[in-house]
Amino acid sequence: MPNISAKRALQPEQLPKSMEEVQVVNIETDLLIIGGGNAGCFVAVEARKLNPEIRVAIMEKGEIMRSGACSAGMDAINTYIPEGKTPEDLVQWSRAQVGGGPLREDLALSNAEELNEAVDDLERWGLPVLKDENGKTKYRGKWDISIHGEQLKPIMAEKAIEAGADVYNRVAGTGLLMEGDRCVGAMGLGVRDGKLYVFSAKAVVNSTGGAGTLYKSYTADSTDCGAQIWMCPYCVGTGYAMGFRKGAELSSLEQRWVATRTKDFCGPVDTISVGYKAPIINCKGEKIMQQRYAHLGGDAAPRFIRANAPMNEWLEGRGPTYCDTRGLDDATNWQMMCDYLNERPTFVLFLAARGQDPVKEPIEIFGSDPYIMGGHTMGGFWVDIDRMTTIPGLFAAGETAGGNPNKFVGGCAAEGKIAARGAWKYMQGMAQPALDEQQVAAEKERIYAPLMRGGDFDGVSPREMKERLQRLMDEYAGGYSQFYRTNEERLDYALKHIKMLQDQFRFLKAADLHELMQANETMDRVDVAEAVVHHLKARKETRWAGWQTRADYPERDDVNFDCFVETVRDPKTGEVRAFTRPYEQIVPGDRYNYPG
Amino acid sequence: MPPRINPDKCNGCEGLAESKCEEACPGDLMAVDETVMKAYCRSTNDCWDCMSCTKACPRNAIEQRIPYQLGYHKATLKPFMSKNTITWKCKDIYGNEKVYKYRNRMDK
Repeated sequence: MPNISAKRALQPEQLPKSMEEVQVVNIETDLLIIGGGNAGCFVAVEARKLNPEIRVAIMEKGEIMRSGACSAGMDAINTYIPEGKTPEDLVQWSRAQVGGGPLREDLALSNAEELNEAVDDLERWGLPVLKDENGKTKYRGKWDISIHGEQLKPIMAEKAIEAGADVYNRVAGTGLLMEGDRCVGAMGLGVRDGKLYVFSAKAVVNSTGGAGTLYKSYTADSTDCGAQIWMCPYCVGTGYAMGFRKGAELSSLEQRWVATRTKDFCGPVDTISVGYKAPIINCKGEKIMQQRYAHLGGDAAPRFIRANAPMNEWLEGRGPTYCDTRGLDDATNWQMMCDYLNERPTFVLFLAARGQDPVKEPIEIFGSDPYIMGGHTMGGFWVDIDRMTTIPGLFAAGETAGGNPNKFVGGCAAEGKIAARGAWKYMQGMAQPALDEQQVAAEKERIYAPLMRGGDFDGVSPREMKERLQRLMDEYAGGYSQFYRTNEERLDYALKHIKMLQDQFRFLKAADLHELMQANETMDRVDVAEAVVHHLKARKETRWAGWQTRADYPERDDVNFDCFVETVRDPKTGEVRAFTRPYEQIVPGDRYNYPG
Repeated sequence: MPPRINPDKCNGCEGLAESKCEEACPGDLMAVDETVMKAYCRSTNDCWDCMSCTKACPRNAIEQRIPYQLGYHKATLKPFMSKNTITWKCKDIYGNEKVYKYRNRMDK
C-alpha cells in the first residue's frame, strides 16, 4: 500500500462531535518523514537504498505527486558544480552571496560534496536537463543549469513510492511525539477523514518546507489574491513550529529570504536577470547594479544586495524598477516563456492579461514579502553534521535545516540523502518506542479544539487570525511596506501582540476539516513568528540589509555579531531564550568575495 | 487565483473516490459538490495558481484566471498533457495566440 490516496472530505454531519468520537490511527514505522517534498522524497529513496527492509512512512499534507513548493514545477537547478570547480569553490561562492557569512561551512561543504550526484539522480529519473550544442549540460549562470522541470515533483514522488515508502496523503503534521528528550514520532490531522494519525518511529526527518505567509503580501488586499506570493503558501512553517514547541534549537531565522520578484504577479526574476542577462533598471533607465552598486560587485553583488536594490530605488523615488528584456530575440523570448511555464506558469498568463510583450516592454520587478527558508537563506534548525537537530531522533533536511544557505532544489535533494544516512545510523539498535497515550490525548485536545466549540460559538476564524498576524509582522517586524526595516520598539510591540494572539488560540473556531487544518496552520505561523521576532531582536546590527535591516543599528558589527543567533523555547514555561554560537571558517580564502 | 470550472465539461470525476483536481491541489482547495457532481474551489483567495488542478483535469474543464486587480479581461492559458510532452496555448487580451510545446519527461 505505498501511495495511500485520500478520499473526499467528510460532510458536516459526519464530523466528530466530541473528542471521544475522534478516531485515532496508530502507525508503527522505522523512519517517519514529515513532508514528501524535494528533500523528503530523497530521504525515502536513500533510506530504502541503505536497507530495503526498513519501514519508511511519509506524512504528507497534500498529495505527494503535486505537493509543496515544487508543485508548479521548476525551471532551473540553481547549483550544480561545473567541471573544473570544487565543492570548496561552491562554499566560497555561497559564503560571498550571504555577505561573508557567518554560515555553517561544515554543512555547506558536506552538502556540496553530495550535490552533483543528487542532481544526476534527477536526470536519470527522467528530468529533462538542457544541453548545449556539444551535448554538455547547459549553464545559464555560474552554477545554475536549465531544466524543463514541469514534471519535477511527480518524478521525485514516483521514485519515493517505487522505493517502497508508505505515503499517507492529506495528513497534516501538527506535533512531535516525545519520549523524555527524544523524538519518537509525530502526530497529524487527517484533513479528509478527520482522524488523528499517530506515527511511532525510531527516527524522524522533519522536511516540511519553509514558512511563507507569516508576512502580509502587497497583493493580499482584495479578491482572490490572498496567496499571491512567491513561496508556496501551503508551507506555513509547521516543521519549525513542531520542533520549536518541544525545545529544538532554531538558528538564524533573522536571515529572512526576501527576493526581487516580478511585480504584481510574484514570479522568479533570476530567470530573466541571470538566465537572460537582462539588466535591472529604474524609472530613468539607469542600470542600477552597474551605476549604484558597482562598489559592491555590480551584477555579482551578494544576493541580499541585489534583492534589496530595486526596493531602495522605490524608497528613494526612482521606481518603478524593471528587468530590461527589451530587444530579446524571438528564440530567447520563447525559451524565457518556457522557463516561466515550467516554474510559474501563470506568469505567462499574467503577461497575456496585461497585453505585454517583454521584447517590447520591460518586465516590472518589486520586493517580495519575507519568508523563512533554510534552503534559500539560513533560517532553520541547528543541526549536526548528520542533520540531527538538538532533539535526539529528530532530523531536518531542506528548508527546515538551518545554517546552510543556497541549497535550492539540488542541495535539498542532497541533504535528504545525508539526513537519511544520519537517521539510519541513529536508529541502529533502537527498539520501537512505546506509545504514550497521554501525549496523544493532549495533542488531540489541542488540535481538535477549534472544531468542537459548537456552531453558536462567538470566536475567531483561522483567516482572521492569519491576517492579524500578517499585518503585525509586516508593519512591526520588517515587512515589504516598511522596506524591510524594523527596530527594537517595533519588535517589542510585535512580541506583545504575538503573546496576545497565542492567548487567543482558545477562540479559534473551525466549521470543517479544511478550516481545522487552517486553524492549526495559523497557530504554527504565530509560534514561528514569535521565534522570528526574537531572532530579529537579538541581532542588534544590520548584516544583510533587506533580509535583516535594523533601522536602529544600521551598521554591521563584527565585534559582537560575526556569529549565529539562536533561540530555544522552554517546552514547559514557553519562555524563549536567545543566545549566540561562534562562526567557524573552514574553507580558507576571502570571505567577502568569490574570486571565480 | 481562481480556477474556473466549466460546468458543461466537469462531471466531478464521477465514480472516483476523489476527483483528479481534488487529488492534485496542494492546498486542499478543490472539492466536489456531490448533489450536482461538479468540482469547485472552496477558497479562491487561497489559490497559489500552480495549475496542478488544471493539468490534472481529464476533461479540460478547468481554466486559470488572473484576478482583475492584476490583469485584464480576458487572457487564457491552457495546458495539454501527453505522455512526455506538454503543450501550452496562450491567448492575450488582444487575441494573439502563442503555442509552446516541449518535452517534460525523458523516461517515458
